[in-house]
Amino acid sequence: MKTKNRNVAVIGCGMSKFSSHREEVNQPEMIHEAVVEALEDARLALDDVDCVLHGNMELFEMVHQPDMWHVLGSGAWGKSGIRLTTGGTTGSTLACAADNVVASGLHDVVLAIGFEKLQEGHTTGGITNMADPLWGRGLQTGALTGTTAQQVIEEFGEERAKLAAIKLRTIMDENAMRNAKAHRRLQLDRNHLKDYADTDLRLVGELRMLHMCSQSDGACAVIFASEDKVDAFDANPAWVVDHETVHREETLMFTPEQTTHRAAAERLFARNGVTDPVRDLDVFEVYDPSAWWGLDWMREFLLLEGDEHLRMVENDEIGPDGKIAINPSGGVMASNPIGATALVRVAEAAMQVRGTAGDHQVPGPVRLALASGFGGTLWTVLMLLSKNKPQLGAASHG
Amino acid sequence: MANRVAICAVAQTKFETNRWDARMQGMVWEVVDAVRQQTHLAFGEDGIQAAVTVSDDVFDARTISDSAMTDVVGAHFQSEEKVAADGAQGVYYATSVILSGHHDVVLLAGHCKESQPASRNMVTHLAFDPFYTRPVGLDYLATAAMQAQAYMARSGVTEEQLADLVVRARQWASKNPVAQDNKPLSRQEALASPMLADPIREAFMYPVSDGAVAMILASEQRAAEITDRPIWVTGLGNCHDSFFLGERDLAGNFALQRAAERAYAMAGIDNPKQAFDVVEIADQYAHQLPQYAEGLGLCEAGGGGQWLSDGGPDNDNVNRSGGMLAGNPLMLGGMARMAEAVIQLRGEAGDRQVADAKRAVAQGATGPAGQLQTVVVLES
Repeated sequence: MKTKNRNVAVIGCGMSKFSSHREEVNQPEMIHEAVVEALEDARLALDDVDCVLHGNMELFEMVHQPDMWHVLGSGAWGKSGIRLTTGGTTGSTLACAADNVVASGLHDVVLAIGFEKLQEGHTTGGITNMADPLWGRGLQTGALTGTTAQQVIEEFGEERAKLAAIKLRTIMDENAMRNAKAHRRLQLDRNHLKDYADTDLRLVGELRMLHMCSQSDGACAVIFASEDKVDAFDANPAWVVDHETVHREETLMFTPEQTTHRAAAERLFARNGVTDPVRDLDVFEVYDPSAWWGLDWMREFLLLEGDEHLRMVENDEIGPDGKIAINPSGGVMASNPIGATALVRVAEAAMQVRGTAGDHQVPGPVRLALASGFGGTLWTVLMLLSKNKPQLGAASHG
Repeated sequence: MANRVAICAVAQTKFETNRWDARMQGMVWEVVDAVRQQTHLAFGEDGIQAAVTVSDDVFDARTISDSAMTDVVGAHFQSEEKVAADGAQGVYYATSVILSGHHDVVLLAGHCKESQPASRNMVTHLAFDPFYTRPVGLDYLATAAMQAQAYMARSGVTEEQLADLVVRARQWASKNPVAQDNKPLSRQEALASPMLADPIREAFMYPVSDGAVAMILASEQRAAEITDRPIWVTGLGNCHDSFFLGERDLAGNFALQRAAERAYAMAGIDNPKQAFDVVEIADQYAHQLPQYAEGLGLCEAGGGGQWLSDGGPDNDNVNRSGGMLAGNPLMLGGMARMAEAVIQLRGEAGDRQVADAKRAVAQGATGPAGQLQTVVVLES
């Protein structure tokens, strides 16, 4: 039976502005923006940080071991640190690692930094290159999500499915319009849903341009601290309750086997007394690479059945004042600096718990928030954050 | 610390210049299967609960190259997290995972194939920023040469002393079944080997190498069930130096000293000169052996030359594995040092066994001229 060694909380969050071209800053400068904001949010100085975690995906910018160059902006000089890279889940792995490292007792204050500067590379080329060179690379594409569009349409009918996907997209954009950091804020209009669904530029089948995530430059920095330091700093904490990482073998198959999404959710919720996710969770920052995946995965993550997820979208139950606020930040369709994106989900969830999300803060107390990361061969990482300090030993991993 | 972490098993492939016969998956499977057999652990809640892998996308020429590892490390519907730095950082992270309480038993598996890119120097050239340092042609070899120039000037270490280190490394490597096959060299032959980047001659640089290393780490509670010879991780430290070479004291050990201090403080060591029965230093280049010996506190700052003259490497049982100079790929130099330390402390080092070995220090480096240093103290 495992027990967490000590409690850990998020006490500061920072982000650069997300944009298609941050040409006026280089990589360490862009990272520095996020680091400075996180330190200011936590009311700390760099001297208060013990350890710096860093991650992104090398093959986008083609810099080997970028954490070395980036000490200029990350603040890692003279400090401990580790670099972790797990594809699109990098940002959430960084958050889990920060939780592990602080909980371990090795370090008290850990700064986790995720970044990407996609305009300095070739994003589709980088993604295509993840496939096995012998077996998969001829088939691999970043637009895999088109097959899920087909599946959802087959299950629910073309008109209903397409409308639900584009409505979800529009709700995400409405949220992004309230987030000054968001990359794409399109002012989508609910009166034109059918138009968008039927006439927007087609990428693959019913996967259309509007459904797809952004390709962004950006950095995110999140500060994690031990319980003692939360007290010492008189910090505003979002406590890390637990996290779960579920990978799967590399062959991409869209078959009805269990998804890592549902497996991770089931395990995490069972350990932490979440019996009705829609009711128990106040906010869910989900890594939604496209509207079709965002829609399909609502059912997987929230452990829904049948058409419950479509009905939640159709009945407007996922907005900031809905039953569960999904992506009040606008999510990944609005901004996707890949190495940062999953960490942004954790940061946004933490901001909601701490009440620091400003214009996109959801109303009411946010007691429990979930953040997901997606990447690799359909991997999932989940992190659960809470306003209330967890009771150690009460939730066991045994 | 509420808990202790033990390394319960280690395995290494025999390091070779070109493992053309195995894809990275196959190489890693060799060592994962070996530690599985050593420990009789299955994958799952009762056995190996999570994996930490070590690799680099640029060397692997594959985005998210750990996705090729899922099957190999038993991570289908389990956790795998990848550390992209020397495998010594993997030991650091895997230890923290267990100390946190999140998992009790972790499989750590690292790989690197330097034979795979057209040139490993091309890979390390990409570590330099595109504005100032890449355009002047820097790579890790060139920066190591600058480090060697500065260090040899300060310490008085001579080319002849470095040649003797090369000879010594190959002699010890010949007793290590996993060490790369290198033909023995005389001092004269080492001194005559082609100059790569003054003062680094070919023989003074670690050869191109392919390989994989795996370990099983466990909490104190689980370690006793898994092995009768757990090797405890009693001290850990890592530290970054600056990036721009002009901002660093290249002849010094800013990062290594601090990493060592952290590890020693944790392990309760105040006299590193006496504390260790076994020392394993990741000497990518011969000059780094005395330089890093200074950083680890085995001798005074600037005293590496004297330490060599006094027979320091033999007196202090340094690099009986043959060291990185005998051949480990870039991502595994420190991890292979830690594997050797475990083997020594378990009394399984055969012809190269240090008698009565109880405590070891092992070091690994990441980045240009050892910008990031990792130090681990291990005890039986």
